[in-house]
Amino acid sequence: MKQAHKLVEPYVSTTNACKLCKPLGACLAFRGIEGAVPFLHGSQGCATYMRRYIISHFREPMDIASSSLGEKHAVYGGGPNLKLGLKNVMSKYNAGMIGIATTCLTETIGDDVPTIVNEFRREFADVMEAHGSPALVRVSTPSYAGTHMEGFHAAVKAVVDQLAEETEPHQEIAIFPGFASPADIRYLKEIIDDFGLQGTVLPDISLTLDGPALKEYENLPSGGTPISDIRAMGGSRASIEFGRTLFTPKTAGKLLEEKFEAPLYSLGMPIGLRESDRFFKVLEELSGRESPEKHALERGRLIDAYVDGHKYIFDKRAVVYGEEDLVVGITSFLAEIGVRPVLCASGGRSGQFQQAIKEVVEDLLPEPPLVREGVDFYRIAEEAGALEPDLIIGNSKGYHLARRWGVPLIRVGFPIHDRFGGHRILSVGYRGAQSLLDTIVNTIIEAKQEHSPVGYSYI
Amino acid sequence: MTTAIFSERQDQVYRKGDQPFQMSCDKDSLAGAVSQRACVFCGSRVVLYPIADALHLVHGPIGCAAYTWDIRGALSSGPALHRLSFSTDLQEKDVIFGGETKLYQALIELINRHQPNAAFVYSTCIVGIIGDDLEAVCKRVAEEKGIPVIPVQSEGFKGNKRAGYNAACKAMFRLIGTGDVSNVSPLSVNILGDFNLAGEIWIIREYFERMGLEIVANITGDGRVDDVRRAHGAGLNVVQCSGSTMDLAKMMKEKYGTPFMRVSYFGVEDMAESLYNVARHFAGKDSEIMDRTADLVKGELQTLLPALEKYRRALSGKKAAIYVGGAFKAFSLVKAFRLLEMDVALVGSQTGTEEDYRELHEITDEGTIIVDDSNPLELSAFLQEKDVDIFVGGVKERPIAYKLGVGFCDHNHERKEALEGFVGMLNFAKEVYSTVMSPVWRFVPRKKQRNVLKSDRGRSFRKKTLPEPLPKNSYDSFSLSRRQPLSPMSGRRDGSPFGRLSDMLVAENNCNNREPRP
Repeated sequence: MKQAHKLVEPYVSTTNACKLCKPLGACLAFRGIEGAVPFLHGSQGCATYMRRYIISHFREPMDIASSSLGEKHAVYGGGPNLKLGLKNVMSKYNAGMIGIATTCLTETIGDDVPTIVNEFRREFADVMEAHGSPALVRVSTPSYAGTHMEGFHAAVKAVVDQLAEETEPHQEIAIFPGFASPADIRYLKEIIDDFGLQGTVLPDISLTLDGPALKEYENLPSGGTPISDIRAMGGSRASIEFGRTLFTPKTAGKLLEEKFEAPLYSLGMPIGLRESDRFFKVLEELSGRESPEKHALERGRLIDAYVDGHKYIFDKRAVVYGEEDLVVGITSFLAEIGVRPVLCASGGRSGQFQQAIKEVVEDLLPEPPLVREGVDFYRIAEEAGALEPDLIIGNSKGYHLARRWGVPLIRVGFPIHDRFGGHRILSVGYRGAQSLLDTIVNTIIEAKQEHSPVGYSYI
Repeated sequence: MTTAIFSERQDQVYRKGDQPFQMSCDKDSLAGAVSQRACVFCGSRVVLYPIADALHLVHGPIGCAAYTWDIRGALSSGPALHRLSFSTDLQEKDVIFGGETKLYQALIELINRHQPNAAFVYSTCIVGIIGDDLEAVCKRVAEEKGIPVIPVQSEGFKGNKRAGYNAACKAMFRLIGTGDVSNVSPLSVNILGDFNLAGEIWIIREYFERMGLEIVANITGDGRVDDVRRAHGAGLNVVQCSGSTMDLAKMMKEKYGTPFMRVSYFGVEDMAESLYNVARHFAGKDSEIMDRTADLVKGELQTLLPALEKYRRALSGKKAAIYVGGAFKAFSLVKAFRLLEMDVALVGSQTGTEEDYRELHEITDEGTIIVDDSNPLELSAFLQEKDVDIFVGGVKERPIAYKLGVGFCDHNHERKEALEGFVGMLNFAKEVYSTVMSPVWRFVPRKKQRNVLKSDRGRSFRKKTLPEPLPKNSYDSFSLSRRQPLSPMSGRRDGSPFGRLSDMLVAENNCNNREPRP
């Protein structure tokens, strides 16, 4: 094995970024709220580019409104267009909420969005009222500071901060799953339900970004976290938040804890056996009952499958890339099944990536993987080439590496632009681990079969 | 239905037959309306990026480069530098202190690494605000590295996509005129406004080569810097997708006297007419070119028309909706659908001009909706009202169609099937067929409801009488359209209606009558 572990000088330029921009994450989070319209305060292109990017993955409508600023607005301020845009969105979308995210343009020209929105509420009180007084949530997401994940978490926090109210304590649990797939969210809700718990998942893209065929076109997709449930979050008895690399000074879960004294259970994304166990343990604690048999059996079958599949994949070398928390979860899982993660990389730069990876692999791997934060695919290629990976795991943007090295790509995360059904990939919980395991084992078997001179039909 | 249309946008939607044609367009998109348009940067990026041996560096925060990384199907026969996504990934400190140093260093780093033949540096919104002097940085790097380094003034907010096309043309214009043209044949063309999606420019190049023409520069599909530098030596600019590169053709005409001609390679009618028009241009210099072109067209049609027959029979009477970026493509699509005997119920574009929409008005049927800079609410309402069988658009239009149980054909830059040329018409017919004829529509709620409604009214679902197949070898009398509309380009053929394939087959004679051989 070649060593490529010494720290190298960073490049000035970025080639094939392994991250997306901050407002995109905010739009995705807003899409998981019932009746919410994501609204970008900036030039028209941002909204359109992000729509295209998101639609290509989810294959669902994704409307993002824009204040469509032109040159004169950039000079004299975007306030009037923001107000006009809000008015127009209200008139056509019957929105329960408009989630307003800034862009690099409006952050740089110095538009004071909270003030503009307050002015709007005063100046257009009649319009607000005529359209059921939709909530107007603002979040600051300059694309030059952080990735789409910072934008995602900032939007979730902004929603809780601006909507959650002091209410009578109730039995609901607030769940902040981070950026998981619609399939993941559906399954999480099922688990919570099976424990007899009442929970509010924020955001909930399980239906808004994976909806059924329709008779009539819905201007806004059904589903999403009900706004009334978000308002009531002040009375939550606890909150669960996924993510070992949450970087914002205050996350939504932290905020609920400090503002409303709802105890926070901070967990990693429940990917693989141990991270899922930690999640189920919290649910057992909160519900006061053992894991329902259905889930205990799924766990048992998963371990059975770990055993059945272990020899096909032992010591295979994997490169994992993508959002930091996803990479941490996948790495934790790979370490459990005997695949050796050799490089864990992300375009994100939370500062906690290295530590989080160390924590999840510590007692399982003979040596920790190389961890790189704030890198692009050029750097990933440079470092991973020497590590001779057998497979790579991440979103579809790493396909060119798989092709170059002649190794399989296991697609997880976002975006998956070159396969069908990327938004239905299940990664969390015992069931998600089972599905990932099957995919990985079969991919390795297939590679062996394809490259075999014999062409085994029985393996 | 009209509730879907914003009052500010009422004059950007027209229904043929309601009142005299009048449409407003080329306006800034309405705030809050969820326009399908992108921005100035997008326009520039689309036009320039297929130049495969140039470095394309996006100066700005990461999003602009990330969302445009290898998303289009512009192929290269050689280098593929254009498929990488380069960015200066500006951070907060760069925004505060300026990004010029970072830009300079990034350029040097990337040029050293990739040795490109030129570099384009795209300006983004934020660069327009912080005021980096791109011109000065580019000039310095060009001097140090000895290659053209060209700034593209594509700040996103400074207009719409059309402004981006213009910025791209200006950038390319700086390259043109810097190459040696001493060995360029007078019988030569530049292909403008084709981006080699799914290898389309290779189809078109082959046609021109069979006609005996030299192709100097592809602008920009499978493009090369050195070819662009020599583009002023060509005898003619053939310009497709008029919005994107027409400005360049005009600049070249003014400075180098290069004549230009609008063409379209979509659909049988426009494809053949384009080739004949180009041949006609060179007929004075090459007495054989009309014969060769007629042979080419005839040969292609002999293969194509019988192959199309199966699709035409199946699709006849089906209804289509079109919403595309540039209106010029919409003209060809209207005619292509007519060739398949399909009806067009809706046609629109993001960036059409008044002239474009007037043209659409002329070639469409009564009741057709014509729309400028539309949005999902309007488009979904139109699709439901018109109850179409297929919607032609891009990725952003696809989920609108599918959600409603309507077939879809991707005719945007992300397509992976070649739709240009004669073979492209067959591919198009296959694509339309593959979506319209799929059994899946039987299960979608909207179509189910429609069928129930129809039987409720005591009418069984209309069983379409299939048109009779064409007799063998009857392509020379095969009517293209029931109404024989004017082609947008037929004005340059003495205004004579151009509605029959027979015209294409006998165009040689027509032409010789007008322009006798020397």
